[in-house]
Amino acid sequence: MKKVYSDAAAALDGLLFDGMTIMAGGFGLCGIPENLITALRDSGTRDLTVISNNAGVDDFGLGLLLQTRQIKKMISSYVGENKTFEKQFLSGELELEFNPQGTLAERCRAGGAGIPAFYTKTGVGTLVADGKDHKEFNGETYIMETALIADVSLVKAWKADTEGNLVYRKTARNFNPMMATAGKVTIAEVEEIVEPGELDPDHIHTPSIFVKRLIKGDHEKRIEQRTTRA
Amino acid sequence: MAWTREQLAERAAKELQDGFYVNLGIGIPTLVANFIPDDMDVTLQSENGMLGMGPFPREDEVDPDLINAGKQTITELKKTSYFSSADSFAMIRGGHINLSILGAMEVSEKGDIANWMIPGKMVKGMGGAMDLVAGVQRVVVIMDHTNKAGESKLLKECSLPLTGTGCVDRIITTLGVFDVVEGGLKLVELAPGVTLDEIAQATEASYKVADSVAA
Repeated sequence: MKKVYSDAAAALDGLLFDGMTIMAGGFGLCGIPENLITALRDSGTRDLTVISNNAGVDDFGLGLLLQTRQIKKMISSYVGENKTFEKQFLSGELELEFNPQGTLAERCRAGGAGIPAFYTKTGVGTLVADGKDHKEFNGETYIMETALIADVSLVKAWKADTEGNLVYRKTARNFNPMMATAGKVTIAEVEEIVEPGELDPDHIHTPSIFVKRLIKGDHEKRIEQRTTRA
Repeated sequence: MAWTREQLAERAAKELQDGFYVNLGIGIPTLVANFIPDDMDVTLQSENGMLGMGPFPREDEVDPDLINAGKQTITELKKTSYFSSADSFAMIRGGHINLSILGAMEVSEKGDIANWMIPGKMVKGMGGAMDLVAGVQRVVVIMDHTNKAGESKLLKECSLPLTGTGCVDRIITTLGVFDVVEGGLKLVELAPGVTLDEIAQATEASYKVADSVAA
């Protein structure tokens, strides 16, 4: 089966519908599927629930989908870098579910691994625990968190082979590996696509079984906080 | 004289021990990295997926694929490893990190901490803070003693939504150092020149004074 598509729009074709749930990898603007996000915006698909650690900035990443009001709900751990987000949320236009970052990562991992729920001590005694099942293990209290899956997961990797095996680079890995496992359909955008055998099988981060479609993108890789020393 | 931001970070660096794996929060805690003694082996974890964080890059070393949890560009070291967010929080939640140094808006005398939300005003999110305070072996808060209105940030009860309950071990404020002990707080150190009276005036939480400080 051919997994490599010509561009982001082609890779999304036939998968999108209003009200769907999307996972998007990345931490801040690092390791985000920027080509697929732009194509999703151009598709005009609406009422999206988007699961992503952050919400981009006003004019880049998921911020693009906020500007066009295509997002109905975000599930994130931190959205502090996006003023459009704050405005839409405080005015009641946008739903928001805050998850602790580790809980969000584990909910995605669980979703991909066929584990419907798990217990964690993160968030016990806070707003996050409201309405959730509490249970004691070895004398400590834990809360139950449920798994997340997406209709489509959009991930960014450094390299892929044509089979869909993925390798990430440095801290651009972040949420991408878990989200790649948790999509009913996962689309990866990468900087380079090589032939099978060119990636060391011992160094594959995401095995091909999790990746249904693949594109080579052009990446701006915008830096949020360029910090240097003399 | 109350401690400045730099002095707070310098004081907090005394919490480090040789061989520690440490997560530093965003803001003043990040400055603690500047005060790690040269002869001490401390490995910094960044929750976005990096163990062994190096200094900020020189201009020609900037790499958009290499950032810290504050989204700042950073460098790697020879000992560095990279991993997914799930592995990162396995380190944190699983109790493998020795020390977390965090900022806070409020801390209660029971060791509750609030640092992620002001209802109706500030919508940013908790990021990894709830996982850190729940899972890391020792949690040290560094913060101003009072807020911009001059009110104590050390309280009997936190008024803001909590990040975690009973999880703070030590608080280093601009005026002194408090430990969370059985039954409340204990003042264990004063910033140079700060008096017990000044602390008493600026503190809502109840606290005991350690013998070494009272003397």
